Formats: sequence, C-alpha cells, structure tokens
Amino acid sequence: MNAEADVVPEDLRYTTEHEWVRLEDGRARVGITKFAADRLSDIVYVELPEVGREVRFLEPFGVIESVKAASDLYSPLTGRVVAVNERLRNEPELVTQDPYGEGWMILIEPTDPSELDRLLDAAAYRRHIGEV
Amino acid sequence: MRDGRLARTPLYAHHLRLEARMMAFAGWEMPLQYQGILAEHRAVRTSCGVFDISHLSEFWVRGPRALEDLDRLLANDPRRLVDGQALYTPMCNEAGGMVDDLLVLRFSEDRFLVVGNAARREADLAWLRTHAASEVVDATEELALLAVQGPASEAVLRPLVKVDLSGLPRHRFVPETAVAGVPATVSRTGYTGEDGFEVFCPWDRAAPVWEALRRAGAVPCGLGARDTLRLEAGYLLYGQDVDEHTTPLEAGLGWTVKLQDRRFIGSEALREQVRTGVRRRLRGLVLEGHTIARRGCPILRDGAPAGAVTSGTWGPWVERSLALGYLLPEHAEPGTPVTVKVRDRPVPAEVVALPFYRRAAQRAQ
Repeated sequence: MNAEADVVPEDLRYTTEHEWVRLEDGRARVGITKFAADRLSDIVYVELPEVGREVRFLEPFGVIESVKAASDLYSPLTGRVVAVNERLRNEPELVTQDPYGEGWMILIEPTDPSELDRLLDAAAYRRHIGEV
Repeated sequence: MRDGRLARTPLYAHHLRLEARMMAFAGWEMPLQYQGILAEHRAVRTSCGVFDISHLSEFWVRGPRALEDLDRLLANDPRRLVDGQALYTPMCNEAGGMVDDLLVLRFSEDRFLVVGNAARREADLAWLRTHAASEVVDATEELALLAVQGPASEAVLRPLVKVDLSGLPRHRFVPETAVAGVPATVSRTGYTGEDGFEVFCPWDRAAPVWEALRRAGAVPCGLGARDTLRLEAGYLLYGQDVDEHTTPLEAGLGWTVKLQDRRFIGSEALREQVRTGVRRRLRGLVLEGHTIARRGCPILRDGAPAGAVTSGTWGPWVERSLALGYLLPEHAEPGTPVTVKVRDRPVPAEVVALPFYRRAAQRAQ
C-alpha cells in the first residue's frame, strides 16, 4: 500500500478532507486527490458553485455524489470562484480518470494566500492518508 | 459475526486476488466492488455477472411435518409448490411485521431449503426453531451460493452443466446436477431484474465453480452493483426497506400474502390491515437531476411531511436518481409530485410505480 507516494504530487497543498490546491499566477486551482477519487470511484455527479461566488477556508463549496454516498467538497482557501470545470457536469468520471488534471473543479481568486500555510504539504498529506 | 471477527466466504482469497474493495456487511467481509459499481452494473444488464452471495443464510427444514410447519410460518403459500420450485415469501411475526423475506426451495414434501438475509441468520434460526416441529439445520456455511445474472447467463452456464437449462422456467430449479464438475443445485432465480441463475454448491468446492464461471465470461460483481441492480428492479432490501415493524402489505408485497383459507403466524394482523387499510405504502420515487436521496431523507407534499426515504441511489442503467420510501397512503398515488429533502435542500420528485427497470424480453417465465 505504498503507492500513495506516486499519487501525491509534491507541488500541491492538501486539506485533511482530500482537496488539493495548486497556485497558478496568483489563482488557485482546486480538485480532489487521487486517494479520495479512488475511494469514491463511481462518481455520478459533481455539484459545483457558480462563477463569482465567494468560498471560505475549509467550508463546503460543492458536493460530490458517488453511487454509495454524497460528500461535501471543502474549499482550501477563501476567495472568489473565477471558473468552474463545466466538463464535469457531463463527464464526472474525469475526477477519477485525471484528478490532478482534467478532473479539476474550481479556480479561485484567493483573498488571503497565507491560508496556504495552514494546509498540508505532500509529506504531511501522505502521512495523513496513511492513517486514514 | 462471532468473536467480533468478520466471517469470510470460501471465495475470500479470490476476491483479494481480483483486488476487490472489501467491506463489512452483516458480519461478513464481502466484496463491495472489483472494477467499479457502474461497470459491473452494466455487465449484468448487457451480458453476465457473477456474485458471491455465500453470506446469505441457508436452512434446511426437514421431516414429515416440514410442509405443515412452513405453511404456518410463511405468508406466501408453500402448498402451491411442486418439487423443484422456489417461492419468494415474507416470514411474519404475530403483528404481521417481517421477520425476514425468504426464498424457499422445495426439494420434496419433507425437505425444503430456506434462503434468508445474512443479517437475519440468528433471528431466522431462532424463529424457525421456535415455531417449527421439523428439524431445522443451519447450512449457511455448508452451502456456497453464486448468483449468475444477466441476459447471457444461460449461455455462460451452458458449457459448464450437463442439463439443458433453456427450458427451465423462472423460479424452477434443478436439485441435483453439477457445475464445472462440482455437485450443485441450479435455480433460475435472482435479485437483479435480469434472467439468471443461483448456484448452490458445497462450501469448500465453490472456488472451481467461481473460476469456471469467470473463464466462461461472467464478470465478477460486488455488493455495490447488487444494490444498484436490485433497486432499479424494485426489489426490497431487508433492514433498509422492510423490517420487523413493516408488514408485507405496507411494503407492496401484497402479492406474496395468501390469506384465503389459511392461518399462518401474522395472518390475523394482516387480515385486520386489509380491513382497515395500511397506514403507509412503499413506493418508488424518481428525483429530478443528479442529487441522490439517502435513507432517512424526509419526503414532503406541499411542504407537509408525507414520508421518508428507505433506499436511494443513482440508477446506472435508467440514468435517473431513484429512491424507495414509505408514503402516507393519500400521497402514494403514482404521478404525485413530492419533494425530497436532501441535505436540507428540497429536490423535486415524482411518486412512481415499481419497478424502475424491467428487462425488455422475458425469455423464461
């Protein structure tokens, strides 16, 4: 079970709820980790916020429905949603197929980038999922 | 579950080898899924899947009074059975509540096999032993059970059995045959809404049967797909949709309750319920959009409480959000618009008649 190292990219930050965030020119792209996507596996729907909505640090911004359960999605940062991945409306399986790429969920303009320091780095997240 | 440990079927090692995601279910360590619920669901609707359901409880009821005993224990009428025929039936308590729902196979007038839910093993055994004079033997860990389900299931089994299954009607079984050389009982029954068979074989010889079925093209399927399939087909799950406090009449199982000229445990209570009417009815619900209702979600009609959801899922084949739930009779008419509250959000839904899915061609009836 030590394949986790391969699926926790070093350059991202993570929440304990299994969201990842990647900074891109001052904006933050958000998705869920491969670990979480594998756990959910049969994702049938991803409910995402509208562009322009405010999201808050570690508060829900959407819901992911799998065949067996619904899970809230938590925002890793406070800010405004500037883009959502519209493809997920019809292709929710992208989350499982490519969690760190085509399966991204929202793009945020953060209001307090220092919140990043309160998230897990790759090593800490790897430890976290080792204990889950 | 004994000693707090989870029980394992004889196919446990095979599930691990196939990298199944295992889960605890009713005291057993069972495969939830192999490649994924949606793919497995699709395999059963379009070709053939095989499920390890060896966790289900099995009891022999034997002796000269077997039929008489079952006639007093079952809501459906076992006297209608001939040798080699199976019957779906509730087993009720005095109040008409369901002790379990069962499949009863008649081998002969003095030998029946009773198949119940895994979670009800102890309860069923106690109930049967209390109310039957016959010998009741717990065969749960003597008989493995594999469900071969899907439109291609007959074709998959054909090269593995010597008997001709093509003429075997639904709910009939071949008591003594062999599957892949292993002694087996093969019954044309299932819980998926498809044509299919259930194969009973000795516990310690299940592995070669499983392997032969896989080689013949049956896709291994877990309990996840079993649940989405049964829900689309409108089948109930004991402990979720029905229990000791629900009667078969409330659960839409009136067709299994044979009251005429019969007395069985619970028959008086059920007769009374027929006279006075049920207080609630189990119905199907189709929800708008993709939100999935979960067990316990309130159902509202014009803002007022109308019932609650007992099961909900995404229907992978019908591609709708589906649920079962109990409704007050005045709101249970198919076509009634209701609202299901999911995580405090109202989702529009419609009451529908079950099943949600019915296979197009009934090849064997």
